[in-house]
Amino acid sequence: MMAAFILVVSLVIFLQFFVFYCRSLIAVSSKQALSPEVQDVTGIQRTASGEDFNRVMQLLQLCPERPEDRKGIQAIGAYFHLLNFLSSTVARLVPSMKAWTESERGHCTYFAAIALERRISFSRDMLAQQMDA
Amino acid sequence: MVVCALRRHSFRRYLFLNLYMGSSFLVSVGRYQVLSHYGIGSREYAYFYFYSDALLTIGLYFALLNLYSLVFDEMKVEGYLRLGSILLLGGTAWFSYAVVQQSSSRITSNFAYELSQNLYFVGLVLTYALWGTILKLRETRARLIQLVLGLGVYFSAFAANYALQNLYPNITALHYVAPLLGCILPAAWAYTFLRVSEEQRLAPARLAAVSR
Repeated sequence: MMAAFILVVSLVIFLQFFVFYCRSLIAVSSKQALSPEVQDVTGIQRTASGEDFNRVMQLLQLCPERPEDRKGIQAIGAYFHLLNFLSSTVARLVPSMKAWTESERGHCTYFAAIALERRISFSRDMLAQQMDA
Repeated sequence: MVVCALRRHSFRRYLFLNLYMGSSFLVSVGRYQVLSHYGIGSREYAYFYFYSDALLTIGLYFALLNLYSLVFDEMKVEGYLRLGSILLLGGTAWFSYAVVQQSSSRITSNFAYELSQNLYFVGLVLTYALWGTILKLRETRARLIQLVLGLGVYFSAFAANYALQNLYPNITALHYVAPLLGCILPAAWAYTFLRVSEEQRLAPARLAAVSR
């Protein structure tokens, strides 16, 4: 009985903490501006759309990986899938949720674009170091 | 994570978080030694694993108190926090003593899961209370907020996993989940130290809000 209670409470709080954590990652990255170059590559001009997420992730996978970014990107990927699930279930019953999930999915795309920006500049730095050597 | 904190000159400010991570690393080395010496099915390894886990969780309570003291650092309540930490240490010591006294023949049963589940759940409740305090006090330090949220994800995932193992001890797949969950905290904290500076700010109320 006690274990069942702890399980239910922990799962509910886990979901809450996970959503807040992902939103804090997004909030920190949303203050950074995208370079014109990345804007061109991703097609994101001012606001990002959730529809572009998979495409930006594919671009991200083309760049050399940075170990320190990996977990953040995985967390946002999981959050994006959670939003897709909400969008196709609860949001159909609650129309106001639809707009919220769509805006959140757009923020996930922007986070991925910022990660892409970092990976591109990281690759450039590595190339410059190799050229110097 | 300790290396990241050192690189960002944050080792002393988050001393207990770093001490916890350091001791967690040492315990992992110790576990490997015991595992390679006695084998995974041995009683020695089971004892070492669960009691070191319980001690590490208590260590994590002190990391949590470190976060509490940072949230309350302008309110001059260090005395209360010190009293709280003494009570916490006394309470956990008493609890651990009671556990050890009656547990010698029960380590192979569900008891070990029950103990870990309870310890993680207490940690979860304390973290949730801290998150409530952050929202109430409108704390804006992004690094502190992310450290607390990372800890909340870790505690809740472990408490749920141990509760599940306690409810369904025959599902062996659950034994492999704990090592995966163990990566959450070092990864989240290392990311925070590397990516979020001490000066960055964000509004926690915005994280909790769902637009209507």
